[in-house]
Amino acid sequence: MKTDDLIASLAADAPAQRPLRRLFAAAAILGALVACLLFLVTLGPRPDIHQAVHTVRFDFKFVVTIVLAVTAFFVMRDMARPEVTQSRLRPLLWVAPVLLVLAVAAELMAVPQDQWMPRLIGHNMRFCTTMIPLFALAPLALLLWVLRRAAPQSPTRAGAIAGLIAGGIGAAFYAAHCFDDSPLFVAAWYTLAIGMVTGLGALLGSRLLRW
Amino acid sequence: MPPANKPDGPEKAWADLMRAGLAGDAAAYRLLLEAIAPRLRKFAGNGLSRIGNADIEDVVQEILLAIHLKRQTWMQDQPFLPWLNAIARHKLIDVMRRKGRRGEVPIEGFIEILPDEAPAPETSHSELNKLVSRLDSRQRSVVSSISLDGHSIKDTATKLGMSEGAVRVAFHRGLKKLAELYRTGRSA
Repeated sequence: MKTDDLIASLAADAPAQRPLRRLFAAAAILGALVACLLFLVTLGPRPDIHQAVHTVRFDFKFVVTIVLAVTAFFVMRDMARPEVTQSRLRPLLWVAPVLLVLAVAAELMAVPQDQWMPRLIGHNMRFCTTMIPLFALAPLALLLWVLRRAAPQSPTRAGAIAGLIAGGIGAAFYAAHCFDDSPLFVAAWYTLAIGMVTGLGALLGSRLLRW
Repeated sequence: MPPANKPDGPEKAWADLMRAGLAGDAAAYRLLLEAIAPRLRKFAGNGLSRIGNADIEDVVQEILLAIHLKRQTWMQDQPFLPWLNAIARHKLIDVMRRKGRRGEVPIEGFIEILPDEAPAPETSHSELNKLVSRLDSRQRSVVSSISLDGHSIKDTATKLGMSEGAVRVAFHRGLKKLAELYRTGRSA
């Protein structure tokens, strides 16, 4: 095949393109909707949610998970570009962990020492580490599907960041059901659950996102 | 052909063509690829200096295919040349790895390289032809008709008894599959 012929034929496959950014946003929103639906069908919010929203510990669970998802989303969008070796937005990924560390410190000061372990262990760690990854599956799949059109320099890292977003979304929904509100519980088990999704994203990314 | 030798290089001209191409202007898009190809040829040649011309042309074609399939990843508010350079380097590194060559990918982007003025070599054998033969039959007949025989989408649809929409879809999927075959099927 002559190169000129190839070029002519590529020009025949060139309809107007939607910006990739819009597709990423659509994938995140659709993924969150599917996770929401799954959440409502399987668990639903805890019965005392109306009182719970007035407590700072309950609300903080949403702050930290949503901040994680949103910051990771911006980093992923940047990493989707082939010329980006190291995203300048990467420091954003520290925001959620720093918030969590501060919350843990505040909790340790606010609560007597004999309460630390019970709050850390909580009531439902196994459930938490099962349901968060489950809610994260649809967002992860959709984000990876859009990332396949992208050109990340590191497929593994791009997949991992997609996992952070999906894990953050899954955790935000699970948080509305979960009775364990202590930052100690969140730091241990939410982190573990989101870490599992991140690992899955990295694994899938290394296979699916090569180009 | 856009003016490619202004002091700031072809950045603005190519970015404009790419913008038009992304908006659906096939003629502008074709001009852009035609302007890029000679530089790609030189770039690939510098990287793979010890293999023959036909192989270099294979690499040029593989890079063009990657540019095509990844063109959505260029952000229109960002400079175009760094994007183009990143795609070309990524594919050249990939080719060298596959061929087990220890050659160096040129440090300078191919943009700083002057275009190769020589016309495209007439390739008798082409990697792409071989890969086309490995597509499934529907994609193969569509891609052969459009890319090898130079038929339009419309003529291909008539010839194969398909709708134009179905031809477009099969063609696009075929191109994606070709890029994947390049990447995975050439380890030998």
